[in-house]
Amino acid sequence: MSEIARTKMQMAQAPAGLEGPGFFLTSMEKAVGLARKNSIWPLPFATSCCGIEFMATMASHYDLGRFGSERLSFSPRQADLLMVMGTIAKKMGPVLRQVYEQMAEPRWVLSVGACASSGGIFDTYSVLQGIDRIIPVDVYVPGCPPRPEQIIDGLMRVQDLVGHESFRRRNSQEYKELMNKYGIE
Amino acid sequence: MAVLTEEKTQALHDQVLHLLKEKFTTGIVSSSCEYDFPVFIVEKEIIHDVLQYVKEEPSLNYHFLTTMCVLHYPENHGNEFAVMYQFHNMPANHRIRIKTFIPDQKLEIPTASDIFECANWMERQEYDFFGVNFIGHPNLIRILNMEDITFFPMRKEFPLEDQTRDDKNDTMFGR
Repeated sequence: MSEIARTKMQMAQAPAGLEGPGFFLTSMEKAVGLARKNSIWPLPFATSCCGIEFMATMASHYDLGRFGSERLSFSPRQADLLMVMGTIAKKMGPVLRQVYEQMAEPRWVLSVGACASSGGIFDTYSVLQGIDRIIPVDVYVPGCPPRPEQIIDGLMRVQDLVGHESFRRRNSQEYKELMNKYGIE
Repeated sequence: MAVLTEEKTQALHDQVLHLLKEKFTTGIVSSSCEYDFPVFIVEKEIIHDVLQYVKEEPSLNYHFLTTMCVLHYPENHGNEFAVMYQFHNMPANHRIRIKTFIPDQKLEIPTASDIFECANWMERQEYDFFGVNFIGHPNLIRILNMEDITFFPMRKEFPLEDQTRDDKNDTMFGR
């Protein structure tokens, strides 16, 4: 590797901790957060034009692999992040919900584009007016459709959430209440 | 698809009308040429026989039901709904349209699915959106919309917007 390429390379930054010759001390939470945020396996739920932008985001030019998310999981069982990209018809709602329920904790949801976030221009009887009516959403990406840069930014905001998430969050009363609000056990 | 000239459309219209009038003494309401489409409006009572006839009469040979749909004319009292069938004679490349009117008090029409297999799903779609009851249909249930909705969304009295939105109000969106 040339000198230039090596200096341009960016490694994930180590969390704050105690460092000495041959050892490094930090909290388990921070170490796990670091590992998780740099290896998010997304499940693309692409139903329309935002899905096309996502394809560009995954491809070599924008390359989501730079953020540790090049491994798409087409099974919800192994996925960490549900990326909902596109219009969700009301008839698709139960399917989306089932996919979310099949994902193992910890799980995150990224809502990409106006349609997934609010129904967008489809203010009509057949379209779900935002996926947050049936599943909890962590990050919303605006745009119709959003540019790949925006989708990357959305993923980076998810990375922030993943990296800073407390171990206790998923067992907390607040989280249980959130799930109950959506009727998910 | 080749567009027929005005004369050819008229000739086709005259030929089909002649045969229809020969076969059905009553029940043919009116006919006209809309662009390159001869349109025949018939009464609901004979619609099933007409569909059978245009398919099986060798000189007509309309074997292909291109499409069918229901139309809603709320201002047309007594005849609020129309059912339209569009046919194609493949060998001759001729197309005709047959239309019938039904009142909203009695939204019933005999099914065409026993004559044209493809009418099965088309009629389910029209039932789904307009609530027209196709008598004799083997499986008249919703096909596109959610099974549990209680309304027929393509009727004109049904508002277009999703009624569950509460963030859009008069001040912002002029509702």
